[in-house]
Amino acid sequence: MSLFDHLVIFPVLIPFFVAVALLFPSLSNSLSKQRVVSISANILMVVVAFSLLFKVEAQGIQVYALGDWSAPFGIVLVADLFSVLMVCLSAILGLAVILYASAGEDKTGAFFHPLIMFQLMGINGAFLTGDVFNLFVFFEVLLIASYSLMIHGGGKQRIQANIHYVFLNLIGSSLFLFALGTLYGTLGTLNFADMADRIPLLSNNELLIAKSGALLLLAVFGLKAAMLPLHFWLPKAYSATSTSVAALFAIMTKVGIYSIWRVHGVMFGDQAGELANIALPWLWPIALLTIIAGAIAVLASKSLRVLCSNLVIVSVGTLLVTISLNTVQATSAGIYYLLHSTVACAAMFLLAGLIQQLRGQAEDRFVTARAMPQAGILGFIFVLLAIGLIGMPPLSGFVGKALILQSITKASEAMWVFPIVLGGGLIALIALSRAGTSLFWRTNGENTSTLKGHPLQYLAIGLLVVILPLMVIFGGTVSDYTQLAAEQLKAGLSLQQLNEVAK
Amino acid sequence: MELVYAVCVGFMSACGIFLMLRGHTFTLVIGLTLLSYAVNLFLFASGGLTIGAPTVLSSSENYADPLPQALVLTAIVIGFAMTAFAVILAMRGRADLGSDHVDGIEPFDPLAEEKS
Repeated sequence: MSLFDHLVIFPVLIPFFVAVALLFPSLSNSLSKQRVVSISANILMVVVAFSLLFKVEAQGIQVYALGDWSAPFGIVLVADLFSVLMVCLSAILGLAVILYASAGEDKTGAFFHPLIMFQLMGINGAFLTGDVFNLFVFFEVLLIASYSLMIHGGGKQRIQANIHYVFLNLIGSSLFLFALGTLYGTLGTLNFADMADRIPLLSNNELLIAKSGALLLLAVFGLKAAMLPLHFWLPKAYSATSTSVAALFAIMTKVGIYSIWRVHGVMFGDQAGELANIALPWLWPIALLTIIAGAIAVLASKSLRVLCSNLVIVSVGTLLVTISLNTVQATSAGIYYLLHSTVACAAMFLLAGLIQQLRGQAEDRFVTARAMPQAGILGFIFVLLAIGLIGMPPLSGFVGKALILQSITKASEAMWVFPIVLGGGLIALIALSRAGTSLFWRTNGENTSTLKGHPLQYLAIGLLVVILPLMVIFGGTVSDYTQLAAEQLKAGLSLQQLNEVAK
Repeated sequence: MELVYAVCVGFMSACGIFLMLRGHTFTLVIGLTLLSYAVNLFLFASGGLTIGAPTVLSSSENYADPLPQALVLTAIVIGFAMTAFAVILAMRGRADLGSDHVDGIEPFDPLAEEKS
């Protein structure tokens, strides 16, 4: 076996080894060395993620059996078009976040770089894993890293937001284990492919138990994804934490969405016999209500970071809509929108952090203050991102929303989705134009400060912003890819197919 | 045996959930610990309860399902680390916020004044 055959596990191994290496004294004593190592490791991750993407595109699904123990007895990593796309997204996001933090934010607390690496390891692992128990393990890896990252820099507000975040997620983890136990008790396996095979064969008295396990999992993933009754932690947590961490967290809710897609969209999807689509009657109203709740909160936001956190909730609602539409078209549109919304929200968080840093005491609150330095370039980026987040042409937000609306075929669904999604866009337009006006135009006095953004910060934001027009210019390529990914996801994977690929 | 086991797990989770509904970090940590014990026992039972059988495959026909044991082991380790983190966070919160209430301040309690 050549090294290339082990490519699937590299997105998990690279951050792990780099994180451990960063903890050794020769590196942990010098921040500049840490920056160099972690930036170069992240560039390597981007390269690995994209070569894995091209490999999966050329050769089909890649299955990596750890220790060569075949499923369902051993642990497998499965790289299909969707999961590998998410790994690429997290690699790019990780690179931008580390570049931004290297401008100085990593100085405010200890162990920033190792923690980011562990976080990326957990995120990549959660995308690539082929069984539910390892999904739990990788969730815990990314959560414990995020607990510490969230209080990076310290301060009353962060500790307070972190207490809510940590305890809620610990309860979520316990529920996750209850759900796993229930499903293992009825199905006798935890491998995704094997579970999907066995769900239609359940006997009548086991159905109810399996159903409760599946719905308990929905609650757990819903907590991570911030869907309606479980979203209250998000705005506080995301707006209190440091800028680069908030930007990285933009992908954390998507990990929850991704898991709902895998488990409730496919495993308990159309082929699940008696239990087919059990989550959909819940998801449909929740998704629409999430958009509404997020949009109302967007209007009430008093600072740019809170506004951006609430936009994350709106995007989560929109993605849940595409899951509950439950067609290949909608899934494809959803994957496209997922890419767009993660990148746009992360970039907006980074921009908000930069504005906060340059505006002095007014921070990023929507109040009248002195004009900020470098307002021209910041304003330009703000307008670009706002166009993307609202979903106006010519950026990818418009394409994403258009694809979602286009994928709706039934009038009964269109009746709800059209007004709510488009209304959400209108509200974002109002809120963001008000935000831009008060941040950039409503000033009382000339700019006197000599503060300046660090070139690395602009580089990080630029790296993310440039993806939005690229996703439109290469829109055909991207949407063809998401179409294939959606078809592959919806077709599902049986244990037999899995083991054939593994050979 | 199943009934006793189920009642124990249920009672322990009920206690854990009750404690977690209190608003203070100390009771929250105790509640979480109880809940994670209940989870571990629950996972352990998910492969079915067997008495007097070897843990892994052997020459005998009867053996206990080894997978839940592996799962419990992982869950114990993770739960232990998380509890340690939660305790430290609770202490830090108590020191920084000046209160061990999860919201950082005690909510207004009209009954407290009547008592004093």
